[in-house]
Amino acid sequence: MTRSALRNRLILLVVFMLTVTVTVLVTALLTNIQQRKAEESLQYVRLLEVDENTTDPEVWGVNWPAQYDLYKRTAKPTRTRFGGHGGSEALPESKIEKDPWLKRMFAGYAFSIDYRERRGHAYMLVDQEQTERHQVPQSGSCLHCHASVMPVYRALGDGDAMAGFEKTHAMPYEELNDMLHDMGHGHPVSCVDCHDPDTMQIRVTRPGFIQGIRRLAASDAPVPHLPSIDEWREGDREEAYDPNRDATRGEMRSFVCGQCHVEYYCASKFPLTFPWGNGLTVEDIENFWNDLEFEDGSRFYDFVHKESGAEVLKAQHPEFELWSQGIHARSGVSCADCHMPYIRQGATKISDHWVRSPLLNVNRACQVCHHIPEEEIQARVANIQSTNHELLQKAADALMDQLDAIDQARKAGATDAELAEALELQRKAQWYIDFIASENSMGFHAPQEAARILGNAANAARRGQVEALKAEMKAE
Amino acid sequence: MNRRRRLSLLAVVFTVALGIMAGTGVFTFHYGEGFSYFSKDPAACANCHIMQPQYDSWQKASHHTVATCVDCHLPHEFVAKYIAKAENGYWHSKGFTFQDFHEPIRIREKNVEVLQENCLSCHQQMVHELAPGATKLLDEVNCIHCHASVGHGPPGGLGGPLREFELEETTP
Repeated sequence: MTRSALRNRLILLVVFMLTVTVTVLVTALLTNIQQRKAEESLQYVRLLEVDENTTDPEVWGVNWPAQYDLYKRTAKPTRTRFGGHGGSEALPESKIEKDPWLKRMFAGYAFSIDYRERRGHAYMLVDQEQTERHQVPQSGSCLHCHASVMPVYRALGDGDAMAGFEKTHAMPYEELNDMLHDMGHGHPVSCVDCHDPDTMQIRVTRPGFIQGIRRLAASDAPVPHLPSIDEWREGDREEAYDPNRDATRGEMRSFVCGQCHVEYYCASKFPLTFPWGNGLTVEDIENFWNDLEFEDGSRFYDFVHKESGAEVLKAQHPEFELWSQGIHARSGVSCADCHMPYIRQGATKISDHWVRSPLLNVNRACQVCHHIPEEEIQARVANIQSTNHELLQKAADALMDQLDAIDQARKAGATDAELAEALELQRKAQWYIDFIASENSMGFHAPQEAARILGNAANAARRGQVEALKAEMKAE
Repeated sequence: MNRRRRLSLLAVVFTVALGIMAGTGVFTFHYGEGFSYFSKDPAACANCHIMQPQYDSWQKASHHTVATCVDCHLPHEFVAKYIAKAENGYWHSKGFTFQDFHEPIRIREKNVEVLQENCLSCHQQMVHELAPGATKLLDEVNCIHCHASVGHGPPGGLGGPLREFELEETTP
């Protein structure tokens, strides 16, 4: 073979190899385009039937694997500066160890026994079953928000969930919990609690919320962030406000969370109650509780403070209420917009069902609207939260001083009647402090409202301290 | 003779390979809606669905009656337009194929300049005293700094709730 022939063949071979490579790349691109097109057209395949009694999220997960995968991630430990639980499989660290004033504030209440940082949704049932607070008998009401409990309500009410729900406060926690597990519904909050199994539409199921939002709608409290309530109020009001019928899609994206992330009464004397009859502000709720009477006609309280004897209130976790006072609610930004922002998967977008702090998801949660760098967003939030934390500690200092003053007055022989004003102010101060301390955003959901509440808390505690000093002087 | 036959066999294999390449190429181009990218149809910009929120929000924003995607986002001169199409097309295809871009998506510096030029090309009569001369200075005031919602509505396209005053107007 001549040299030129050899060279020609070599060139031919190289060109051939190039052709092969290009064809391989083009085919790879083709399959990639095909995959993206499939992603866009195939929303889901309903392989298994799901209905109102399918509480096991794993069954739903067969049909909606992307959402289910994200939901399962709520078992992962996450942590921000002021919230959460990082690391081990053990129970999260104790809140009352970190802030000892919490223990004194809750003296006489089960939260002084055990009060820990929250973990993800996946742990809500086991954490509740394991808490040391069960040393004190707990009510069946607690399961309203810690389990996929609707089938149990329906069974107790012979098909009527509302009637079943109204029986559960009188049942011991263990009894209802056993029933839940025996019926095969021992799951934390799951798909069916927020989604209609036929249409996948988000919906609310929790009786406590449905009653509470009706109370709010029937009141004349301003709700500029909930336009459907205004619309309902302007109608004939023949039928009670029904969020599943009346609310907008945007509102539903907050209502589903408001089924549990709220203030409520949850012990055994009457059914679980969302206190929204006067509105959603801290004072509206305070007035609701103050106007409420037990069956014997005495004024409502959550527990008697072991040290001072005051009949005080315990705030739960009023995220929905505090958010309602903030700029985000006012601007139409729902809970899910930040806590379950849209996440892109190939050519489709789905809601991020790994519900967590937006601080761990800044690009999706915040940057969609706030076109500024992530570090700047983190810094702004840190500023809001550390300011709130400082105010909270100051208000707590005032409360501790007030408790000292009451203690001294009692030692000096002051009577309950002489201390009445001081104890009333303790109830107020403690309610305000707890409203912000137990709320899970360190003030972020409504920074100015939180500052206003803590300012009023410190003021009430200091006034109470003065009243206690006066009582002490009178007694001496 | 033998050698010639071998050569022609090679030529056939080679031609077939080339044909396969060309065929897959043409099909892929067609399947990937390649020709739509030469049009100015706004729907083409949302072919890959990444731009769906931008496409949706544009339809609700004030400029949708007077300007489509290319009117604001591409230079108006023929050559510059096709260079920009090619360049943006490259980045978009690379990003979408390898899924390696910043989210939420951000406009590039270069495209901000194009955008500003295009604001001026329609509104220059109105703003020539506000924005004289060059548009590429760093301290130049960008129209969209204030008029952020003309193209795609409020940020995020979240569509806030109806305000009370809006309700008053819409309910009897």
